[in-house]
Amino acid sequence: MDSLANYLLISAILFSLGLFGVVTRRNGVAVLMSVELILNAANVNFLAFARFGGMNISGHVYALFVIVLAAAEAAVALAIIINIFNNFRTINIDDVSELRQ
Amino acid sequence: MANFVFWFIAGVTVLSAAMVVTSKSLLYSAYSLLFTFLGVTGLYIFLWADFLAVVQVVVYVGGILVLIIFGIMLTNKITSVNISHTSMQKGVGGVVVIGFIASLGYMALNTPWLAGVNIEPVETTAAIGRLLLMDYLLPFEAASLLLLGALIGATTLSRKDDDG
Repeated sequence: MDSLANYLLISAILFSLGLFGVVTRRNGVAVLMSVELILNAANVNFLAFARFGGMNISGHVYALFVIVLAAAEAAVALAIIINIFNNFRTINIDDVSELRQ
Repeated sequence: MANFVFWFIAGVTVLSAAMVVTSKSLLYSAYSLLFTFLGVTGLYIFLWADFLAVVQVVVYVGGILVLIIFGIMLTNKITSVNISHTSMQKGVGGVVVIGFIASLGYMALNTPWLAGVNIEPVETTAAIGRLLLMDYLLPFEAASLLLLGALIGATTLSRKDDDG
């Protein structure tokens, strides 16, 4: 419990699962959820290095900015997904290829 | 006891994250994401980040998760109960993920990390506030502008208008 490697391992697993979701999911909302997993993994890393590197509070400020960006990203991404749904009647991101040549 | 709680929280986090990316039902994915966020909150508390833990609950569980569930409800015909979604190329993705976990885990376990002195702070809120308004004032203001832009952009994008 009091070891940096434990937290890095958990964060690595979270990041890899998020990556798996991003590359395999076809639903736009599911891809968004996987991106949130990746951002959480990055935050755990920031706080773990802050805690084991001499309690440096700068890591906390960075994690706070990541949370702010995640909130903005979720709002805009869902607005885009709802727009895609209104135009195509689907959010399967493989079917949304209207701009393709 | 603390050890057991730590591993329990870690297990909940990892297992529910796995549920998020493998579950067939989109709603089950969203509810699993709730447990992942709560587990990450527990990890924050173990990392002495009390303020960030509260922010995580308020913003992720109270904001982003509700937004995601709204997105699911708005992009599926409620009359058709079948809110399912499939994955593709799970084999290749699984191999890539296991390779990622192995290489990152090897790196985490074998790097001689520098260790600083670890004195548990009474609370971190005052220090975060001081840093935000002194060292990180410009990023702080940029983040507020970004949130304003996201607010306006999201409402403009999702609004139904016929007059262009």
